[in-house]
Amino acid sequence: MKKAALIGNPNSGKTTLFNRLTGSRQHTGNWAGVTVEKKEGVFTLAGEEAALVDLPGIYSLSPDTLEERVALEYLWQERPDVILDILDATNLERNLYLTLQLMELGIPVVAAVNMADELKSQGRILTEAVLEQQLGIPVVLISAKTGEGVERLTERMARALSAGAPGDRVRYDPATQTALERTASTLPEQPGRRFLAAKLLAGEEISFLTGAAAGGEVTRRQIRQAYQTQTGQPDCYLALADARYRWIEKAVRKALSRPAAGDAPSPSDRIDRVVTSRVLAIPLFLALMAGMFALTFGPVGSSLKGMMEALFFRLGEWAARLLAGLNTPAWAVDLIEEGILGGIGGVLAFLPQIGMLFFFLSLLEDSGYMARAAFLMDRLFRRFGLSGKSFIPMLMGFGCTTPGVMAARTAGSRAEQRLTVMLVPFLSCGARLPIYLLMAGIFLPRHAGAVLLGLYGLGMAVAVLSGLFLKNTLFRSTRAGYLLELPPYRWPSVGFALLSAWDRCKGFLYKAATVIFAMNTVIWVLQHLTPALAPAAAEEESLFCLIGSALAPLFEPLGFGFWQAAAALLAGLIAKEGVAATMLVLFGGQAAIAAAFTPLSALSFLVFCALYTPCVAAVATIRKEMGSTALAAFSLCYQTLTAYGMAFLVYQGGRLLGF
Amino acid sequence: MKARTLGQLHPGQQAVIRQLNGPEKLRHRLADMGLTPGAQVRLKKTAPLGDPLEIEVRGYALTLRRRDAEAVELFAEGGARG
Repeated sequence: MKKAALIGNPNSGKTTLFNRLTGSRQHTGNWAGVTVEKKEGVFTLAGEEAALVDLPGIYSLSPDTLEERVALEYLWQERPDVILDILDATNLERNLYLTLQLMELGIPVVAAVNMADELKSQGRILTEAVLEQQLGIPVVLISAKTGEGVERLTERMARALSAGAPGDRVRYDPATQTALERTASTLPEQPGRRFLAAKLLAGEEISFLTGAAAGGEVTRRQIRQAYQTQTGQPDCYLALADARYRWIEKAVRKALSRPAAGDAPSPSDRIDRVVTSRVLAIPLFLALMAGMFALTFGPVGSSLKGMMEALFFRLGEWAARLLAGLNTPAWAVDLIEEGILGGIGGVLAFLPQIGMLFFFLSLLEDSGYMARAAFLMDRLFRRFGLSGKSFIPMLMGFGCTTPGVMAARTAGSRAEQRLTVMLVPFLSCGARLPIYLLMAGIFLPRHAGAVLLGLYGLGMAVAVLSGLFLKNTLFRSTRAGYLLELPPYRWPSVGFALLSAWDRCKGFLYKAATVIFAMNTVIWVLQHLTPALAPAAAEEESLFCLIGSALAPLFEPLGFGFWQAAAALLAGLIAKEGVAATMLVLFGGQAAIAAAFTPLSALSFLVFCALYTPCVAAVATIRKEMGSTALAAFSLCYQTLTAYGMAFLVYQGGRLLGF
Repeated sequence: MKARTLGQLHPGQQAVIRQLNGPEKLRHRLADMGLTPGAQVRLKKTAPLGDPLEIEVRGYALTLRRRDAEAVELFAEGGARG
């Protein structure tokens, strides 16, 4: 089967073209070992089925970011039969920069110039034949959105299969040209040799392209040193970029007419006069976020969540009746009804909210607003080693930690993504609210509002301080600059948003069906068995409570060293709502809680609840998104130790002050 | 006199890039995004909180932090290209 690779700049309409070519014949996964999304599909090329791989959206083939490495490694190692390079016609100069690099790989390249309709509405004309003649590769004007030109595109791809690799177009300055040719001659004869030579001369880290440049290191070092002395430049990177862009300027001037309107502001500029204006930008942004948050976690989202829970409750009842009719032992009925179906229901209850959230996020991303939001918030987040792109995941964390952690993928670099994943759990999720309300209602009924505000504030403060601490230690990012494109506003596609929401839900469903399900079952079994492995008649006899009793002394210095509290905290690992419910069951009512705690130990307990490890679903998601068990374990320990330390300070400090 | 940089432009002003300074990775990134010597840049606006900056280069809108923009050295007003 022939292989084609689809590649292009971000915001060039790559995913739309991929969906148009493959239709439903596609599946999503991850590139081996990294959390960069990998999409593969099947399409018809030259009358036969061919594979199409969707490579990450990138600006350049220099392996600085994870996405660039993934793309370059695939192209170099797998050598697809043809590269389909998609370009944004309204942003041709910068898009062609990647094209020129792709053409050096020694693989046939076909350029699909997208957004032909948008170009037309700007009153500009691109002459296909001229650009084709300049580049020396097939060029097809398309509109991925309407499908215009796509058929012609696959025909040209079919012909390109036998056409051979494109030749070099760009002439560099004499010093660079000579150094490049000399470097190339130290390498074995292979397709893409000049590409490799350029990378080596530029001193780029490409050792992951295994075996590509064995031998000749000494000669190459001499060539580089001679080049540095001759030009006064540390490497040839800037000379290459400069020559490429100069070549592009000339080619574009020949192939593309200037905008008819001259300097008139574009529609996007007009929208931005309001949307990113000094006065209105922040209020508009906050209103939009509040609206999204209210829809997802407010009445609409929570009633969907309630429906999901009710559905599984009914399912459990129905299964219990069915099984009881079949003379199944009572403990097995219980396990299936409460443990399995109840557990799955508890986790799947999040599904409607996750789906809604990612539907909205996809609309925001697709319309071009997300980049503006990052632009607005960047200044606030920079201090903590993050960028404006971390705002949305953090905000989502207040609703539910799991989607917040999932949304961190949009947060720029790998270091920023991981740091965001570390910090999101400190932002009190909605499920922690019941325990705040219960305890504050008992001990500080008149100051419940202040207690609540204080707990949310504490979480934020801990997140901020952790950000400051971790950005300089574990999650240090290299200063590659924060360069973010503001794409033109475009109408988002509802279908595409639904597809993207479904993709995210599928990932979560898979997790729910495996890790989360297993953990919940284990905890349920512990709750219902005695140490003699007999069914527990009362909760106090269960293994779970014994573990609680064993852990209780640990909480003595925090002021709540009784087994009920320890067991409730353990129950909180399944779902944070479980803490309040378990407390009420184990103590047997609010009066007993009031007798067991002092106001100070209640406060210490609340502080611990606000900061300690999130639920199993969140922990499993953290592991997946970190792409590292060690880092996930670190995150878990970090949260638990922070919670312990803060609660210790509150309780012991309070006692010293005489409370 | 200290060289003029992209970080010092006022909204609406434009200029031609003279050279890139700053750390290597940043210089490479800037060049990849089309900020090469001789290219024309225009400061469109600053974010409401004063930073980052929005610029126009090669017909598209790019945002970058003031600190990174300081690495982009410009020709004095009316400077000829390349």
